[in-house]
Amino acid sequence: MPEMTYLQAISDGLRQEMRRDKRVFVIGEDVGVYGGAFKVTLGFQEEFGSWRVIDAPLSETAIMGGATGAALMGLRPVAEMQFADFVSCAWDHLVTVAAKQRWRAGTPVPFVLRLPSGGGFSGGPFHSQNPESSFAHIPGLKCVCPATPEDAKGLIISAIEDPNPVLYFEHKHLYRRVKGEVPEERYTVPIGKARIHAEGTDVSVITWGAMVYTAEEAAAQVDASVEIVDLRSVMPWDKQAVLDSVRKTSKVLVLHEDTRSGGFGGEIAATIAEEAFEDLDAPVRRIAAPDTPVPFSPVLEKAFIPQVEDVARGLRELVEY
Amino acid sequence: MSTGTAVDVVMPQMGVSVSEGTITRWTKQVGEHVEADETLLEISTDKVDTEVPSPASGTVTEILVNEGETVEVGTVLARIGGEAAGAAPTPSPAPEPERSEPDSAPAEPAPEPVAAAPTPEAEAQPQEAPTNGKAFISPVVARIAGEHGVDPSKVPGTGTGGRVTKRDILAFIEAGGEAAAPAPPAAQPEAVTPAPPVVPAAAPAPPAVAPPPAAPPPAAPVPAAAIASAGEPAAGEGETFEPMSAMRRGIADHMRRSLDTAAHVTSAIEVDMTNVVSVRAKLKREFEQAYGVNPTYLAFIARATVDTLRDYPYVNGELRDGQIVTRTFVNLGFAVELADGRGLIVPVVKNAETLNLLGMAKGIADIAARARSKQLLPDDVAGGTFTITNPGGYGTFHGTPVISQPQSAILGTYAIVKRPWVITDQNGTDAIAIRSMMNLTLTYDHRLIDGALAGRFLRDLRERLQTWGESDY
Repeated sequence: MPEMTYLQAISDGLRQEMRRDKRVFVIGEDVGVYGGAFKVTLGFQEEFGSWRVIDAPLSETAIMGGATGAALMGLRPVAEMQFADFVSCAWDHLVTVAAKQRWRAGTPVPFVLRLPSGGGFSGGPFHSQNPESSFAHIPGLKCVCPATPEDAKGLIISAIEDPNPVLYFEHKHLYRRVKGEVPEERYTVPIGKARIHAEGTDVSVITWGAMVYTAEEAAAQVDASVEIVDLRSVMPWDKQAVLDSVRKTSKVLVLHEDTRSGGFGGEIAATIAEEAFEDLDAPVRRIAAPDTPVPFSPVLEKAFIPQVEDVARGLRELVEY
Repeated sequence: MSTGTAVDVVMPQMGVSVSEGTITRWTKQVGEHVEADETLLEISTDKVDTEVPSPASGTVTEILVNEGETVEVGTVLARIGGEAAGAAPTPSPAPEPERSEPDSAPAEPAPEPVAAAPTPEAEAQPQEAPTNGKAFISPVVARIAGEHGVDPSKVPGTGTGGRVTKRDILAFIEAGGEAAAPAPPAAQPEAVTPAPPVVPAAAPAPPAVAPPPAAPPPAAPVPAAAIASAGEPAAGEGETFEPMSAMRRGIADHMRRSLDTAAHVTSAIEVDMTNVVSVRAKLKREFEQAYGVNPTYLAFIARATVDTLRDYPYVNGELRDGQIVTRTFVNLGFAVELADGRGLIVPVVKNAETLNLLGMAKGIADIAARARSKQLLPDDVAGGTFTITNPGGYGTFHGTPVISQPQSAILGTYAIVKRPWVITDQNGTDAIAIRSMMNLTLTYDHRLIDGALAGRFLRDLRERLQTWGESDY
């Protein structure tokens, strides 16, 4: 099995699908000649031509509107926002039209929207956000957040296959930092199914995206058996996997990079309280970013994004409770 | 672990400015078992009404303050005896030794509960979590304890503050701890306790206190007499107890408070309703066919009342914090009996000054229907500025209603009956005629409204009703 970076795995999955299915095309700002802001589609225009790798005008509204229309007409667009933060310009097409079309008129809208998200590189408030909970709250949209190269490829293929609008949150911090073995052949990773990143018996961490690795490092610092559940999909999310883990360990830490209030961790914590109350041996603990925009300053950004030490402290408190 | 030492339950400090609280209900009685953090009693202060969790697990051995009594923050309200466990049989009710400082300053900033207990943890102020660790049983530990019949208080705890963790109780069970606990159901062991029939020496237990719901004490092996003697009144021969509904309690409190607040005076006037009766007879069919609404006498009276209130702003006013409040609008409340006859509610027709006769009739029909079908929204019963009550449907001809606080007056309407009545024609000649007569009462708060003002209000209201014309809406 070849080793790939997270970014190469996305690129590989996307290329395979474009080779396999002529309905699949890519649209976004600088995705063609330039190969994409992060080079996910490097070489795509040479291989597939400018009709299937479309350099869009600088208008997220146009990209999303075009992708929605193309999907309605039977194509399989994969649209890219240069940064997930810019998706707010496309909110209306995404939320008002695409998310509700199937429910309202019965016509499927099978597109994928790629959203490079996350911070950790002093990108400041417009280039660092993790907006998945905003869209998880919109009925009709699916949200996936792969953490490993293998899942990155399997989920991009599942997302393209899915008959619904799928938001594919790819974490920028992982692009070239994370490497792993990725099968060459085509495969899918089911949307809505979690992955146990590490098995443990004393305390569970429920997380996704880049925080999976933060949790992994924190667990190594703590004298306890920590189970790490990588949700992989935030909507739909794998409630059963979470509850199974909670029933095993009875102590839970919910961790995400997005801000705290209204973050998806609240939904998870509430569900645990509702459905696994009698299995709890400690209050459900959340660790998330504070309720502010993402700061530019490296020092402040470090204070903003949950760090390994923060998670380790939270784990220790739970273990000792 | 809670040992055989009794733990005091004290009146908690519910906010910095609160110095006392009233016991509204004991949810546990003497002899009953209570878990740590389980609700033990309900209290009411001028800031909040709240439940008070038990600071420890054990049997309630003493209740020192009865329902309805108001005591200062820090006062010992009850004692929770040690766990029935193997702990010393504690024959002494131990009321005295614990009392080392009940005479401490009444309203200290944050009066900690009376000391004296050896372990500081056992004392914890209810709302302060950290010190409560020892007694706290987590949901999963409670469940495992129940499933295995283990008393968690016997399990050595290794969690924060000595709390029993899931791991602790599982290890305890694995080590055969299960067998150590004699009786399977968790609550049972307490029954074995001598549970001294404590005499609440401090509290004289006035019989006036409303009987609690009288939850039949679980048929525990505790001698029945021990429970009965705990000071709760028992039903006499031929009597039955029925718990007060929340609404009944609310009415009781409100009525009492109103009489304690306002200086109630009632004036009455006789009104010749003959004109209204005939106008209504003509309008009735039209209103019912065109709008599906019955133009009731109450709607006529309400319309005339709203017009009259605009000339007498005090009657539609309020005394608030030493100020007299008057208004440019009338939110008219109507006392409505519930369908089951078990209560009364006063929904409000908002901005009644904007309604004509048809609008008023519709508004009254709407809130009355929703009141009876329990569909009222909180907003529907708020903000009234004046109230009409209508007990006349049963033929009563006079009454002295209680003002709905914080309003200043309430109008009572009574039966319309045909009576011989002296009328004077245009020429000044008197004659006896058969007229439809009705009494109206105005009960008003003499703090704000004087008798002469009330008299003029009633006179003008009567005039409006007596001269009601066919074109008046």
